[in-house]
Amino acid sequence: MAEAKAQKAAGTAAGTGTNRREFLASFPFVTAAWVAMTGALAGVGAATLRFLYPNVLYEPPQQFKIGLPTDFQVGEVSTAFKDRFGVWVVRNDEGFYALITVCTHLGCTPNWLATENKFKCPCHGSGFYSSGINFEGPAPRPLERAAIALADDGQIQVDKSQKYLFEQGGWDDPSSFLPFTA
Amino acid sequence: MIDLLRGFMNWLFEPSIALTLTIVAVWALYRYRRVCTQNKIVGGLIVASPLLFFFFSAFDPNFWIQFKRPDNIPIAGMMFLVVFFTWFALKLAVDNDDRIREGRPPKEADPEEEEKVFVWPDLVYTELLCLLLVSILLVVWSILIPAPLEEPANPQLTPNPSKAPWYFLGLQEILVYFDPWLAGVVIPTFIIIGLMAIPYIDTNEKGNGYYTYEERKSEIFLFQFGFIVLWVFLVFEGTFLRGPNWNFYGPYEYWDPHKLVPLTNINLSEVLWARWLGIGLPSFWLVREFVGIVLMLLYFVALPVWLARGFLRRYYDQMGLMRYVIFSHLLLWMVMIPIKMYLRWTINLKYFVAIPELLFNI
Ligand code: FES
Repeated sequence: MAEAKAQKAAGTAAGTGTNRREFLASFPFVTAAWVAMTGALAGVGAATLRFLYPNVLYEPPQQFKIGLPTDFQVGEVSTAFKDRFGVWVVRNDEGFYALITVCTHLGCTPNWLATENKFKCPCHGSGFYSSGINFEGPAPRPLERAAIALADDGQIQVDKSQKYLFEQGGWDDPSSFLPFTA
Repeated sequence: MIDLLRGFMNWLFEPSIALTLTIVAVWALYRYRRVCTQNKIVGGLIVASPLLFFFFSAFDPNFWIQFKRPDNIPIAGMMFLVVFFTWFALKLAVDNDDRIREGRPPKEADPEEEEKVFVWPDLVYTELLCLLLVSILLVVWSILIPAPLEEPANPQLTPNPSKAPWYFLGLQEILVYFDPWLAGVVIPTFIIIGLMAIPYIDTNEKGNGYYTYEERKSEIFLFQFGFIVLWVFLVFEGTFLRGPNWNFYGPYEYWDPHKLVPLTNINLSEVLWARWLGIGLPSFWLVREFVGIVLMLLYFVALPVWLARGFLRRYYDQMGLMRYVIFSHLLLWMVMIPIKMYLRWTINLKYFVAIPELLFNI
């Protein structure tokens, strides 16, 4: 056995020079190549995943103050905070609530139609009363309300990270409604 | 006079009437296929009907506003193509049906009619010419009518109306009538699976390689119902009849964003408990939705059984249980779409079964 091996080795050395396959296999090139390729693929994969997450997020703040209770008129649906914060603030006879401007059908932004006294979604025509209750079109549930409270400085503070859903009884929660106290 | 005509046309395009007319038109085309394809005047009128409609409508300023939008132009073209090729295929089919009745082979299989050409150069040459012409057409089109680019998207501002790409307008329309998970997930899946299942369900070998109608009537009619009524018509409707706030507008009506349409929805359970029985809704959903659930079970379970013993008996015998179940359910879902549309348009019915507690609505 050992003899044959030695002979073979001698033969190759004497004949065609170094056997290329053996020469290569004795080096870790192939291993290195595999490692490099795996690394590169992982890098591409990671970069692709990273790409799914935006560098900058222009998200409106979740908690914000919207002014003094006396700034709002009774019966008014204020659209002033729609662009900046994504809420409508409604002042009814008793107080305030904040409706989140996301259609409960598929998430378009409805418009407040003051003359028709309703929110109307341009995507599939869902309509909501100023209370947020859905009454027309395909939306399966009412608009969501955000937490609303009085801050220390007397301003109204809205917290969108707290949501109150009508169908879960959330509108009975005291933080979903701010009674007007003058 | 013109105003009267416009008013009449606007009325014709009210959704429930337009849908009915489309269904009747498809039915009549196949029912009176001989007159439609062999009478030169009738046939010419059918083929020219979309052209006539768009030509005359273009004089209306309100229609022109919608018609000339860059993304609506292909829809008008599609209407013409669909009508023409539906008619043309039917004409070839009717000719073949006549030949078959006389005991002759269909035209495509007749050695006397045979017209063979070489792939090279005849076919490849034709293809090259088509390729060049279509490329030129597209280039010229894209130069003359630039793509409608808009301002950067703003999450707080949804364009009014917001329309899906034209090929999805049918789905967007279905979204109005069904719960989002049904219209957005289940029904599109059924459409895709249903199309893939056609060769396994329809094993009628007649019509392979040649046009015919009489040898596969219901197959062709069912397909055309799904394609022309539930796809092309809904695309047309979504393009030209749906305006601001996703309201319906007649083709010659101004798209007034303040148009007031009373659309207050009502569920079957509300009709039953509040309107008819005059008592409030029971709080437990199983009791509340009992009638709707029974109705749906009748529709999706009892109806196919009943059809298998009567109207669809022939299909049931041919297909066997498994394939019949799949076929009948695809069919029932397809028919469910116009049913719900009609009910919404006439009595504002929202859901047969509404169980928001379980996120389940039909
Ligand atoms: S997203 Fe508002 S109606 Fe569909």
